[in-house]
Amino acid sequence: MIVYLLCFLLFLVGLYGVITRRNLIKIAISLSIMEFSTFLLLALVGYTDGGVAPIVDPASPVQKYVDPLPQAMVLTAIVIGLATTAMLMAIIIRLYRKYGTFDIREIKTLKG
Amino acid sequence: MKGMTVIVKKTTQLIAGMVFLYGIYVIIHGHLTPGGGFAGGVILAGSFILLILAFGSDFMHLTKEEAGSTLYENLAILFVVFLAVSGLLLGARIFFLNWLPKGNPGELVSAGVLPLYNIFVGIEVASSILTIFLALVIFKEEISE
Amino acid sequence: MEIAISIITGLMIIGALYAIHAKDLLSAVIACGIVGYGLVICFLLLKAPDLAIVQIVVETITLIIMVAVVLDSSREEKYSKPDGQGYMAIITSLVMIVVLFYFFRMAIDSLDVFGSGSLRMAGPYIEGATEKTGSANLVTGVVFDFRGYDTLGEATVLVTAVLGVLTILRIKGKK
Repeated sequence: MIVYLLCFLLFLVGLYGVITRRNLIKIAISLSIMEFSTFLLLALVGYTDGGVAPIVDPASPVQKYVDPLPQAMVLTAIVIGLATTAMLMAIIIRLYRKYGTFDIREIKTLKG
Repeated sequence: MKGMTVIVKKTTQLIAGMVFLYGIYVIIHGHLTPGGGFAGGVILAGSFILLILAFGSDFMHLTKEEAGSTLYENLAILFVVFLAVSGLLLGARIFFLNWLPKGNPGELVSAGVLPLYNIFVGIEVASSILTIFLALVIFKEEISE
Repeated sequence: MEIAISIITGLMIIGALYAIHAKDLLSAVIACGIVGYGLVICFLLLKAPDLAIVQIVVETITLIIMVAVVLDSSREEKYSKPDGQGYMAIITSLVMIVVLFYFFRMAIDSLDVFGSGSLRMAGPYIEGATEKTGSANLVTGVVFDFRGYDTLGEATVLVTAVLGVLTILRIKGKK
């Protein structure tokens, strides 16, 4: 049970970073940390003690495999996380070229 | 942007071809060993990114538009949709039907349509990541003029 | 197994705390790599080699893009004493952390002990998978055959993200 609590603590560290930081790069890093904690939680739920990796060897059949369904979901989620982070970085580059700073308070006061 | 030092250039000349070959291996053996379309596609894009970073974009004449990579990406995902729809047209009306013969599990030619899906999804992912990186490099070139 | 994963998750929490509070932006980006690569070790301990391969290459590409953004700018974060709005943000975040932690503690009481196979659909998926799909890798069989719609949606998300990046990073066209 303590593994689940530590994993959620990682999520809460990311949430603290998104709320309190003023620099755009720190906000993007904290968002990425929140995504990683959800991957870990999904992979933890599907684990069984004494199971092997889900690759079938036709010569020697095994009884107990680790659950492949959460692994398929996390595979999809990792690639979607990459797409989201890349798009966020493109927006941040564009904002830096226009306003000259990464700070969100200064960008808010500098309109136009 | 400029390239890197001589040591990096020589090492890249030796290694980039092997990384490309490793990416193709991971894609094709996706139904036998861990890996599959997504991991192999990103490794394939990684070999191109290595070449661009080591030799610099002036050497590769990248100041024009990135025309070729978006073409491959769109064609690859069109093929994926065609393969999925072909299950509708042949016999039983099921989307995503596995209609090629399945063979013995554990051989290279087995598992029906799955190796074809792996190959086209691999090409699509590689082209997407390469397009994102090329857009970044060309943006920096146009800014620094 | 539980102790090993707990130790690595603890190290990831320390790395994440440093990444948030670092003063130099390049150090913060590299400390984000600690969390990503620690996750690779966790996936290997949880018997998921597919996920480990994908996570390690995707983390490398993410770090390359982040360093390309940070390298051409002034690389430090301005630190100033938190004023009224800053104190409000810190108090809000602390209240949210305490409340969410309490409810999560209540929610996982209904889960089974870690490692006892608490998902009921695992059996029907594993039993006939090799005959029905014909592939030796069960995760590839699930991703492309049993759950093909999710893969189609993921490929669409990638194409849409590339479309968005190409639209944002265009300069010419405004003569």
